[in-house]
Amino acid sequence: MKPAVLTGEHFITGDVACAEGALAAGCRFFAGYPITPATEIAEHMAHRLPGVGGTYIQMEDEIASMAAILGASCAGVKSMTATSGPGFSLMMENLGLGVCTETPCVLVNVQRAGPSTGLPTLAAQGDVMQARWGSHGHYEIIALAPASPQELFYLTISAFNLSERYRVPVLVLTDEIVGHLSERVVIPEPSAIKTVERPRAKGRKDRFKPFQAGPNGVAPMAIAGEGYGIHVTGLTHDERGYPVMSAEAQVSMVDRLVGKIRNNLKDIIQTESYRLEDAEYAIVSYGVSARSSLAAVDEARDLGIKAGLLRLITVWPFPEETIRALADQVKGFVTVEMNLGQIHLEVERCAGGKAPAYLVGHPGGTVIPPERIIETLMNAKKSA
Amino acid sequence: MTRRYEIRLSGSGGQGLIIAGIILAEAAGIHDGKYVCQTQSYGPEARGGASKAEVVISDEEIDYPKAIKPDLLLAMNQSSCDTFFFDLKPTGALVVDSTFVKQLPTSRAVAIPFTQMARTELNKEMAANIIALGALARLTGIVSLGSLEAAVLNRVPRGTEELNRKALQLGIEAAKRYLADRSDISRGEESELGE
Repeated sequence: MKPAVLTGEHFITGDVACAEGALAAGCRFFAGYPITPATEIAEHMAHRLPGVGGTYIQMEDEIASMAAILGASCAGVKSMTATSGPGFSLMMENLGLGVCTETPCVLVNVQRAGPSTGLPTLAAQGDVMQARWGSHGHYEIIALAPASPQELFYLTISAFNLSERYRVPVLVLTDEIVGHLSERVVIPEPSAIKTVERPRAKGRKDRFKPFQAGPNGVAPMAIAGEGYGIHVTGLTHDERGYPVMSAEAQVSMVDRLVGKIRNNLKDIIQTESYRLEDAEYAIVSYGVSARSSLAAVDEARDLGIKAGLLRLITVWPFPEETIRALADQVKGFVTVEMNLGQIHLEVERCAGGKAPAYLVGHPGGTVIPPERIIETLMNAKKSA
Repeated sequence: MTRRYEIRLSGSGGQGLIIAGIILAEAAGIHDGKYVCQTQSYGPEARGGASKAEVVISDEEIDYPKAIKPDLLLAMNQSSCDTFFFDLKPTGALVVDSTFVKQLPTSRAVAIPFTQMARTELNKEMAANIIALGALARLTGIVSLGSLEAAVLNRVPRGTEELNRKALQLGIEAAKRYLADRSDISRGEESELGE
């Protein structure tokens, strides 16, 4: 039987690396419904989970899949599902339930081109704003955007860790290219993999308040069956978990749900910079588009344009402060993404008029070639 | 070898191009120790429809993962040949399955009847992709033949090792014959494809 952590050097797809990352993070429950280009994650989990004492369930649809992983997590098991655009839409309601009940879990979206059924087998990055605002109501969410199978392995682990630490569903926003890309993936020894466990309930079982926040704004969690008398609901609730239908209770609950993310941005947000120190133009990109951008930075430098790249590893919460600081330095921003302007809007907002924001967008179906980025940089320089 | 070498394998769904791409990538990435990116694109159909696999091989880390201007194009049917020939680098190599590709866009194309060979010599049309891999490796030297064989045997179903080894050999021999014929008539520029 294979161990949970497959230490060694592998040549695997992003989807398989994602599944291996989940297992390394301690995920032992997967519920899902097959959909291109995320099916291989489910397939690999179905193959691997029974061998490490876990459970795989193929559900009747994505609504049920999301519900099942919330239930598993309430029972104390790290859980995950994986889907693509149409399934992501169906998961939105129960994603909100996970946010409201503060149930840790990981939802992987291997993005394909939409709207609707779109291009099932071809990549896009069109679900970025849906990831942020797809479920109703005002909330904060964490979303990570890997650019390679190796990073998909690590970020799936990070997703579990963040999810456990902050008791919030965490999204891994990858895309068909990274999901189906085969590259070298190195899996370290289990001792070199840091995993985080949710804060757990302690003390008297009859007095426990399941939604009373600890120091970082996160409440310790009671596991179903441990004997704590708890009530868990999607209705607005108080510290005991009981529904309270008042504006005051709403303010207190939503402030805390939002605050536990917003007050911990330094711990949550990760970005990576390439040749930004003296850059006059900052390319902002993420996922597979960041790889086109990386190629473009060097080409642009050869052409005498001082370009640099800010690669978003965390897409949500958005690294507002980093963009604001860059706005004082650069002559322009160029956002590169496989949609027609989603993160671009955030960049423009945070640039605050100090530097113009340009978009190199594409609605999906093909990776953005570096030439298009160069072209935009040249035009930006001309009009500066 | 150049720093970045791009390969596109194209044809129709069911011809085994994606598995061929994975095998080629594993040969270069695992057995030869190069940096490799393997991507694929296919239609929603299980069979038929356009299918292509790309492999980028490099001595350094690869940023843009797709082929921009392929150095090597394998076309296993006419429509993929027509569609992708114009993406090929001016110095790039075109290899076609002449079982299906009847109209060659250039006299420099290497035409080998992979599928016909698989049918008559192996009685197994499915092995055409492995024959093609053998030919590509021999024509370009992009992966070592030993690495390719190891990668093929690692991927094919148990019990078919002998068949696939034979398929590989058929491709290698066909490529040898092509190179020999060509050096008879021309200037012995054998390295033209290998660059």
